[in-house]
Amino acid sequence: MHPFCENFPFFCIMLSMLSAIISAVIGGKAAKWLSYCVSAACTVMSAILLGHVLKTGESFVYMVGHFPAPWGNELRGGVLEAAVATVFSLVMLLSLMGGERHIFADIAKGKINLYYTMADLILGALLALVYTNDMFTGYVFIEISTIASCGLLMIREIGRTTIAATRYMVLSLIGSGLTLIGITLLYDLTGHLLMSNMQASIAALVESESAAVPLTTTIGLIAVGLSIKCGLFPFHTWMPDTYGYATPASSSILSGLVSKGYIFLLIKIFWRVVGFDVIKSSRVLDVLFIFGLAAIVFGSVRAIAQGDSRKMAAYSSATQIGYVFVGIGLGSEAGFVAAIFHIFCHAVTKPLLFTTLGALSDVSGGSKLFADLQGSGKRDPLAGIGFTVGALSMVGLPLFSGFISKLLIATASLGNPKRVLPTLIVLAISVILNAMYFMRTVLRIYRPSDRRDRPERKHRVTFACSVICLIGLNLFLGLVSQPVTDALELGLRMFS
Amino acid sequence: MFGGNFFANIEEVVAMVLFGIGFTTLLLHRNLVKKIIGLNIMDTAVYFFLASMGYIDGRLAPILTDGVTDMEAYINPIPSGLVLTGIVVSVSVTAMMLALTVRLYRRYRTLDLDEIYMFAQKEER
Repeated sequence: MHPFCENFPFFCIMLSMLSAIISAVIGGKAAKWLSYCVSAACTVMSAILLGHVLKTGESFVYMVGHFPAPWGNELRGGVLEAAVATVFSLVMLLSLMGGERHIFADIAKGKINLYYTMADLILGALLALVYTNDMFTGYVFIEISTIASCGLLMIREIGRTTIAATRYMVLSLIGSGLTLIGITLLYDLTGHLLMSNMQASIAALVESESAAVPLTTTIGLIAVGLSIKCGLFPFHTWMPDTYGYATPASSSILSGLVSKGYIFLLIKIFWRVVGFDVIKSSRVLDVLFIFGLAAIVFGSVRAIAQGDSRKMAAYSSATQIGYVFVGIGLGSEAGFVAAIFHIFCHAVTKPLLFTTLGALSDVSGGSKLFADLQGSGKRDPLAGIGFTVGALSMVGLPLFSGFISKLLIATASLGNPKRVLPTLIVLAISVILNAMYFMRTVLRIYRPSDRRDRPERKHRVTFACSVICLIGLNLFLGLVSQPVTDALELGLRMFS
Repeated sequence: MFGGNFFANIEEVVAMVLFGIGFTTLLLHRNLVKKIIGLNIMDTAVYFFLASMGYIDGRLAPILTDGVTDMEAYINPIPSGLVLTGIVVSVSVTAMMLALTVRLYRRYRTLDLDEIYMFAQKEER
């Protein structure tokens, strides 16, 4: 007899999809509450599931529609999946709450419910990407989340967001095309679509040494496709426009969650489909490592040159993707733990930055430029504190989550003598560059100025809740990191 | 110049060539409508590849007729199913891209992505 909570992954996905359909036909306010309730319910269910798998210490497989293994579709739940699902649903809730005022201000009145439709679809697609055990299902949900993300961008009807959405869409489609052909070739090589069956076939292939080149090519195609989709350097060109002009909640969701969902899928493919030993000996990780390093340096340099606060945060996102890929590229268990921890860290920090930047520009006459933001931290103290916490975390000050993830990456690099030097040098450079552009902004928002704007009362409560929760999560990851990393290690071991 | 493998796997070769054509058009062409055409060529190439891999010479489509239930009589239905799913996905993505194109054209009166970008930067100043 299976415990009831093993149904939760399926419930979460279905609930989000259903609420997306319902949101399309109800009013904006009702859609908002429905969306909040659903993401809260998903958070609670995923957290209960996390507690359950932590207690039993074993992963489980959920048959969709009761068709047995090689034919049916499966969901799989383990510590890692449950933890990522919990963080994703919670951050989705907080991003929507934090950006509520802008959603209602930026979007035409009759279309607000559609915004929540897209958000629910993204949540459902992300949860499906996290839980699925089937490669082709993974591909379908990649496309669903791409389309919904594009909707989140273009729903704010100004010229720049439409252009940003087009560029995002074109690069995303290139990425998913490569992923699709990769998945097709993999299906061709192995004859299976379920991850566990694929892994067995690939192990046999590797043993017989009959298809080394096709296998490496296939892994490469999938890795390149997914890294284009999540915006690894040099494919980050869509980021500044996308995150700079969309409504703040969209920027938070896209940078904090959607791109991280693709990275998690990539990690899952590396561990569950290809197998850790095969991936370690292939050259794919080396390439990802180098591009990760380049992303850190170039992202930071470009961020310094920006005069627009939102674009600076966007380039900082490109940098953070680089950190995750450096963690992956180290090719050790510790490296992957660091990468996943950084996914969490970034998921709780970047929405905080985008949300508070939105609020800060509200009290500065709607401008996003640094020159106008002067003194805004005093006009809106809560947003000021939130931004400062986010900035300190991104720079990597102890107490905050960013410090732990940088520490984990540095420690993991020590296990790989060839890569320790480049990793440490780039980490050092990036901390200095991060400190330069984030601290400059923090100092700027606390400088005296003559403006006397006050934040609007409307939608203030949800904003405050969101900022306080995100600050809390940041401190939690920074202070109680040991249990989190232990759980991640356990989860990775369940993966293989 | 070409070995026997080339002609034995002619479908796969054609699929890969088509994929390349579609991919480069999507990536490099400045005209939005041509980009969308490239996208469709690329996706079709993948479906062609899948369908040709799933086809076995001399067998029937996997639909039960005349009560023949022998597995050897039919081709593998899974690749066909994947192609169908994939077609649905690419139709919706194409629709999305076309909607974006219409919106951009109404605003900027051109389909050239570089020109649109230039106009947008002018607008900002």
